[in-house]
Amino acid sequence: MLSTLLASDVVAPFSSPKIDYHALAPELVLAGVIVAVLLADLFLEESKKWVLSTIAGFGLLAAFIPIVTLAVSGHRARSMFGGAYVVDTYSLLVKGIFLLAGYVVVLLSQNYLEEGDYYQGEYYFLLLSSILGMVMMGSSRDLVTIFVSLEFLSIPAYMLAAWRKRDLKSNEAGTKYYLLGVFASAVMLYGMSLLYGDTGTTILKGIGAKLQNGSMSPVAVLGIVFVIIGFAFKVSAVPFHNWAPDTYQGAPTPITAFLSVASKAAGFVALINLIYVAFPHGGDVFQPMIGVMAASTMTLGNVMALRQTNIVRMLAYSSISQGGFILMPLAVAGGKSSGNALTAIVTYLAVYAATNLGLFAVIIAVSRKTRSGEVSSWGGLFSYAPLLGVLATAFLASLAGIPPLGGWVAKFGAFRAVITSGTNWGYALAIVGAVNSVIAFGYYGSLMREIWMKPVPDGDTAPIRTPSSLNAALMICGGATLALGVVPGIILRFSDIIKL
Amino acid sequence: MLISEFLLLGAVLFCIGVYGVIVRKNAVLVLMSIELILNSVNINLLAFSLKYNDISGQTFALYIIAVAAAEVGVGLALVLLIYRNKRNISLDELSEMKG
Repeated sequence: MLSTLLASDVVAPFSSPKIDYHALAPELVLAGVIVAVLLADLFLEESKKWVLSTIAGFGLLAAFIPIVTLAVSGHRARSMFGGAYVVDTYSLLVKGIFLLAGYVVVLLSQNYLEEGDYYQGEYYFLLLSSILGMVMMGSSRDLVTIFVSLEFLSIPAYMLAAWRKRDLKSNEAGTKYYLLGVFASAVMLYGMSLLYGDTGTTILKGIGAKLQNGSMSPVAVLGIVFVIIGFAFKVSAVPFHNWAPDTYQGAPTPITAFLSVASKAAGFVALINLIYVAFPHGGDVFQPMIGVMAASTMTLGNVMALRQTNIVRMLAYSSISQGGFILMPLAVAGGKSSGNALTAIVTYLAVYAATNLGLFAVIIAVSRKTRSGEVSSWGGLFSYAPLLGVLATAFLASLAGIPPLGGWVAKFGAFRAVITSGTNWGYALAIVGAVNSVIAFGYYGSLMREIWMKPVPDGDTAPIRTPSSLNAALMICGGATLALGVVPGIILRFSDIIKL
Repeated sequence: MLISEFLLLGAVLFCIGVYGVIVRKNAVLVLMSIELILNSVNINLLAFSLKYNDISGQTFALYIIAVAAAEVGVGLALVLLIYRNKRNISLDELSEMKG
């Protein structure tokens, strides 16, 4: 107690917690790079600001090095701060995904920012801060740490969404994202306070030991429901998805890519941490809730995507519906297919990150020429930009789940997880998912038809020039999408490693 | 200990806050409603922390206060941005994008 502590004469001597610097190295490197970007921005002339994106990109790769060294130094979980911060194989894997996705977003941003004449120093500073929050989220095993990481990754993202200061659409995107995001985290906090009230601890493991199916108090049930609602906003699950299409359409395109991939993945990582560590015996409460959300998210996202004419908005709804597929395995977590579900979600996050970032790279490249976001502006893309046309088709096919591209491994894992659960509930979800995979092909296919069969609008067949950073991003994403699909063993091996 | 009274106050504040977020159309008033929810969380945490004689609830409340301040800073900046471009902070009129 603070009051009694202050009043007593004998105060226990403060002993600093033991810190494992090797385990914290990725976060420390990132923090150093963030400071370096801010300082360099202060001293660089306007014409030299491009150096900042180089620092940010190499910084993210530098932060990746300690992740590799940690991964090869053994599979022992390193727990710090009384179990509030745990570095294990699962957290290393998701940290790796976040850092690589962040690197691709830096590549996408480079020319967009230079040509748009936006504030570069602040942009990379905020982007890196948000990525640091995500990296921290991977290791958070305590309510306080989860809350701090969530805000750390969200607050910079609110500002990035509103980055084009004089564009009303961008303002609207940022404001909607902000208001709903803050409201969601307030509701989530109320749920966390109830969980703390029921169990008397903020450490997830301690909460998990106290919450048991059948003997849960109403307070704990309400706590779980509120916490899951809070994160449902973050992953834009129906019925908490209203902000997503407007925010994705209004934000700068590289930031849309960032939000729809990395920020969404961070929400799922937080849900995994909570469900697998804090509520493993609370399936009676969260399974029906997440199951209904998954089914309605897939369906509504797909149906709305079918009638969009703006590509970014269509991808916003497509990303909502993909979120439903990622939620699907979570609905059977806690049962006998828990392990399968965890592998399925992490696989899906990795594949989805590579594919969706790649598709956004194509969008940015094409809109450099067409200056338009309409689906019809993609007409005849293959005839004048064959490489972009093929890549876009590959990414769309991967999102639709067609072998041999990455998407099918992800979808296969998700379906396997729900079917091996052996419950009627799981079978029902699998059927809804299967129907939705077919519906999704409707709009992915219509984009492909534009690329291959439609005539070029205005007959303008000048080739598209892509800067080298964009080419690098396309290469990384295309290579990853293909590799994950052709050699699924890379990812399926993870299932032996990741355990929570 | 008056735990239940504290919790009741927290619950009432939470409901007022949620009502405000849903009903109010002025961006600043929505921000204030969100602050009400955050403070109801703080009251809850302090009450539970007293009940369990455990300090982690109070630390949690301190973190919430600090982060809430940062959030409101960003929120007011966004509201100011909209005011500069539109001379108006009504959330109803933020409807550039449809569908």
